Amino acid sequence: MNIPGIILLRQNFLIILVFFGMVLSGLIYLNNIQCSCNQQITEQVIIKSKWKQKTFGLRSSSGLFYNQPSALVLGRTDVAPVTSWSAPIIWEGTFDSTLIDSIYKHQNLTIATTVFALGKYTRFVKDFLESAEKYYFVGFRVHYYLFTDKPESVPEVKMGENRSLTVRKVPSLNRWQDISMNRMEKLEKLIEDELSSEADYIFCLDIDTKFYGRWGAESLGRLVGVIHPWFFDAPRDRFTYERRPVSQAYIPAEEGDYYYAGAAFGGSLKDVHHLTKTCRENLNIDAARSIEAVWQEESHLNKYFLLNKPSKLLSPEYMWRDINEGAAQIKIIRFTNVPKNYAEVRPNP
Amino acid sequence: MKIMRLRQIFHFFLLGMFVGLSLSGLIYWGFTSIWFGNHLTGHLGQTDIASVTPWLAPIVWEGTFDSAVIDSIYKQQNITIATTVFALGKYTRFLKDFLESAEEHYFVGFRVHYYLFTDQPEEVPNVKLGQERYLTVKKVPSMNRWQDISMDRMEILEKLLENELASEADYIFCLDVDTKFYGRWGVETLGRLVGVIHPWYFNVPRFIFTYEHRPESQACIPAGEGDYYYTGAAFGGSLKDVHHLTKTCRKQMNIDVANSIEAIWHEESHLNKYFLYNKPSKLLSPEYLWRDISMSSDHIKIIRFSHVAKNNAEVRPNL
Repeated sequence: MNIPGIILLRQNFLIILVFFGMVLSGLIYLNNIQCSCNQQITEQVIIKSKWKQKTFGLRSSSGLFYNQPSALVLGRTDVAPVTSWSAPIIWEGTFDSTLIDSIYKHQNLTIATTVFALGKYTRFVKDFLESAEKYYFVGFRVHYYLFTDKPESVPEVKMGENRSLTVRKVPSLNRWQDISMNRMEKLEKLIEDELSSEADYIFCLDIDTKFYGRWGAESLGRLVGVIHPWFFDAPRDRFTYERRPVSQAYIPAEEGDYYYAGAAFGGSLKDVHHLTKTCRENLNIDAARSIEAVWQEESHLNKYFLLNKPSKLLSPEYMWRDINEGAAQIKIIRFTNVPKNYAEVRPNP
Repeated sequence: MKIMRLRQIFHFFLLGMFVGLSLSGLIYWGFTSIWFGNHLTGHLGQTDIASVTPWLAPIVWEGTFDSAVIDSIYKQQNITIATTVFALGKYTRFLKDFLESAEEHYFVGFRVHYYLFTDQPEEVPNVKLGQERYLTVKKVPSMNRWQDISMDRMEILEKLLENELASEADYIFCLDVDTKFYGRWGVETLGRLVGVIHPWYFNVPRFIFTYEHRPESQACIPAGEGDYYYTGAAFGGSLKDVHHLTKTCRKQMNIDVANSIEAIWHEESHLNKYFLYNKPSKLLSPEYLWRDISMSSDHIKIIRFSHVAKNNAEVRPNL
């Protein structure tokens, strides 16, 4: 007899309706989440561009298929994708990596990348280089410049095609603060003397770090700063800017855009040269007055970026706290500090 | 006894109201307080629009930039913005409103040099220009078809950029003249290569875009490709990039002419092809070229620059 069945159905009709409604909503929600990150390349035919010029514009090939970009819907709604001066802030979901790679591959670029490994910091070089070979500008020409006081401690790391490493010997220093600040002058000289015909972009990275995810051409720009992983969601009066007016790095209480990490910055050679030169000059003025900014060259970097706004910002995905830590807004950790015992690895406390 | 109960009820009611209001206040404070991460979405933020393209070019909407910050950055740079308009035949009637409204809203406080191309220089009205604002009138031959007038602009712009502007200006914008400014158009629009999203195509799927689809035309964009539909009524950028744009479009249009084909939307079709394979470094939202001042849309918080109503049959030299 079907009648009891029908009655049962009728009684629970509302519940069944609600159940299907929830399932439907869930499916629609999931679909929307995926759409924004879904890239479908059904066919890729790279046609050689007729107008072959190096670094000319954002040239793209025909035959590249991807979802229609939207003027109304962004991949991320929980983070700010641009600054108040229209510089993009790079978060996962705000860019299409295939499209970006195809644009920049046309430009035959060289990316210079500097690291400093003095004293015991040479122990970080192996992981840094190996992980960089896996994630950092894969498929592009990269030239690492490794500054160290112990060239013999530099490990042998297999480099991919179009990837090279130059080791530079520098004098040892007794204070880690000096090692850190001195980088500005070394970078200024490197760019002046060597890089101008060598590279198109430069990134200057800390060595006690490791790559865990893509760091690619989406990070390229004229002047690029990275938002510090400990301050991206704090109000600016909490930023550890230098607050003493006697320092060249001084930023008054009501001023400031973001707190940038000193562990990673980059851009065009010209702009980074101006940055390193300015910071070096300001560091010297401070030294002459016997004052050392609260976070050394990072304080001066922040002052520089306040007055010379970056053309692009990288989210803390590009310089994170630790691989074991998370945060709601960080969907992927690309590059992060590695844990270390400060007392043991630094030349001074 | 009754009075006591009434009082109790009244007190409960007050208590309830107090708790309710406190809770609402707390929730409100929680939402607006920056400790809860609100500044991440940007107190600048509109969340109903996209402020960046997948290739990381900013899309400029009201609320995505801070005009004071941007102005202060560019004021330090002593820039000149060249601005071209074409007013042939009866289109000279649009000049007065265009120039007067530009003086009110367009790059106010910056050096602007208008280049006005017309076949009737005597029809150009006398418009008072502000300080550091200049106007050069250039005579061009008349034409019989509005489509030709429209397309011919590419060649004239290419020549202008080659011959005159190289040391004269830092940026150039090429605008339609049957338009008027109603709101700020400022330095937030400056970039290497700048396109404006067409006001009728910013919220439709791409198969609706009126790209040229015939393979015989140089402007052909295959189905399944395309980013945005850009308007031909406004584009700009650095001199070098706009020169490359105008030169490429001019060449492509000549090839089409030799093959007896005219793209469906004339130079706008060629512009869209150009922008697909030479992606703009910055996009302007349809606030920067709107449909009509009397029309509105949910996403358009401010109309900065818009077509003016006109009787096409009456003002054009041909149908």
